Amino acid sequence: MGSDILNLELILPEDEQERISNSDDIYDLLIIGGGSAGMTSAVYAARKQMKTLLISKDLGGQLLWTSDIENYMGYQYITGRELTDKFKAQMQQFPIVDIITGINVEKISRQDNLFLALTENGKSYRGKTIIIATGKRYRPLNVPGEKELVGKGISYCATCDAPLYKGKDVAVIGGGNSGITSVIDLRNISNNIYVINNSNVWQADPVLIERIKDAENFIPMLSHNVLAIHGKDSVTGITVQSIKTGEQKTLDIQGVFIEIGLLPNSELVKEIISLTDLGEIMVDCGCRTAVPGLFGAGDVTTVPEKQIGVAIGEGIKASLSAYKYLLRMT
Amino acid sequence: MGLIKESQQEQLKEKFKDLDEKIKLIVFTQEMECQYCRETRGLMEDLADLADKIDIEVYDFVNDKEKVEEYNIDKIPATVVEGEKDYGVRFYGIPAGYEFTSLVATIMNISSSESELSEKTIEELKKIDKPLNIDIFVTLTCPYCPNAVEIAHKLAKENDFIKSNMIESSEFPELMQKNNITSVPTVVVNNDMNFPGNLPEKEFVDNLIKAVT
Repeated sequence: MGSDILNLELILPEDEQERISNSDDIYDLLIIGGGSAGMTSAVYAARKQMKTLLISKDLGGQLLWTSDIENYMGYQYITGRELTDKFKAQMQQFPIVDIITGINVEKISRQDNLFLALTENGKSYRGKTIIIATGKRYRPLNVPGEKELVGKGISYCATCDAPLYKGKDVAVIGGGNSGITSVIDLRNISNNIYVINNSNVWQADPVLIERIKDAENFIPMLSHNVLAIHGKDSVTGITVQSIKTGEQKTLDIQGVFIEIGLLPNSELVKEIISLTDLGEIMVDCGCRTAVPGLFGAGDVTTVPEKQIGVAIGEGIKASLSAYKYLLRMT
Repeated sequence: MGLIKESQQEQLKEKFKDLDEKIKLIVFTQEMECQYCRETRGLMEDLADLADKIDIEVYDFVNDKEKVEEYNIDKIPATVVEGEKDYGVRFYGIPAGYEFTSLVATIMNISSSESELSEKTIEELKKIDKPLNIDIFVTLTCPYCPNAVEIAHKLAKENDFIKSNMIESSEFPELMQKNNITSVPTVVVNNDMNFPGNLPEKEFVDNLIKAVT
């Protein structure tokens, strides 16, 4: 371990984590999701004096599991948790925003001219407008062995788990930015790192590839699919197949890091709006959807490029579109 | 050596003004043969310098047998966060990286005259009436881990039967292997059952109670 691993992360707890005035109220705006997009929407809504409720499983979303951020303007380097904390503080300074965390919204429905958000604990909240900013979650590989071995050698967080694979042989599945970032986390810890990608090129940014291409333990396997993950109590190997030759190979490894992208958390609106083939909510450049009063922001939508900066911009647009929509309603 | 940055020192001084009870950081170390013993001791000394209400005691794992026994310490570096009494809260390995957040949150919680747990959790915890040992395996680079450590330490403060230990995995590879730890945070209950620790308070407690009943 290098000394940089000891760098102290200090995230002081908030004095107030949840606040809600009266759940019978009709809100001007409901925001579902508390990631970069949702928290930004809340700040803009507050400044327009819209009575707002934000409901989310957590505050931070995907930011919470981003270790190093080097492409968010204003900070040459910041960790996901630090940035989350800054976003939270900025949002929580506005008392007009009610916040409920720790709970999932299961379903959005219509009631007269209002939107109804139903939570997993059976409560419901009403709003004149709504922004869906529920983001994305890890995409599973869907191969035999995966479900059974999650937490037994299959990891979706290389930053967290890399130190557990000291001197071990591992496989990283995926050649995008997340996959190659995992290799960066693992390269000074693990023994051999097989990197399996179903495309014949790397999708990751060249600047990331540059950092690993000379690492001795980096074993690239382009144009390969994963057929199965093996192991009983823990991972012992994976079987891969070359897309070009059809040849199958079993690699002896003790850890698998799956980094093949993300799935949109859009199930909650599927009854009131049709989703794309990828499961995303289709939005226009003002974050409007086919349902008047319902807006989408960030990774859960069809917006190209899933980036923190993009999610911020989308959160702003969605909030201001909702504000304009309300003005016309009254 | 100064692991705590100047800006963090200022933040902490401000935060530590809210301390209620006095806190004692009891560090078990040994000059030789311990990866982060020196750094752990330095970190705790620096913390103690930031608040009048935080004191530090340092013991040698080999020479101070009596204290080692009193606090039931079986590996080093170890840090006990003691308040009004010893609630059974331990950090094994250095609480640096993301775990520094756990350490500070735990100091605040142990010092506080109130419980930070929900009423429902406090009610649920009454079901635990036998000794219960919680080991939370973490890494210093895991952003989800402090959540698990903070909850477990709060539970230990609330219920005298519960002991809670943060274990920094990479410093104790033999324990990692013995408990088959392949992802973090993993919570090991009574050296036997385990569950993934990245859970909200309610689910954390549900899993704990399921594990012992």
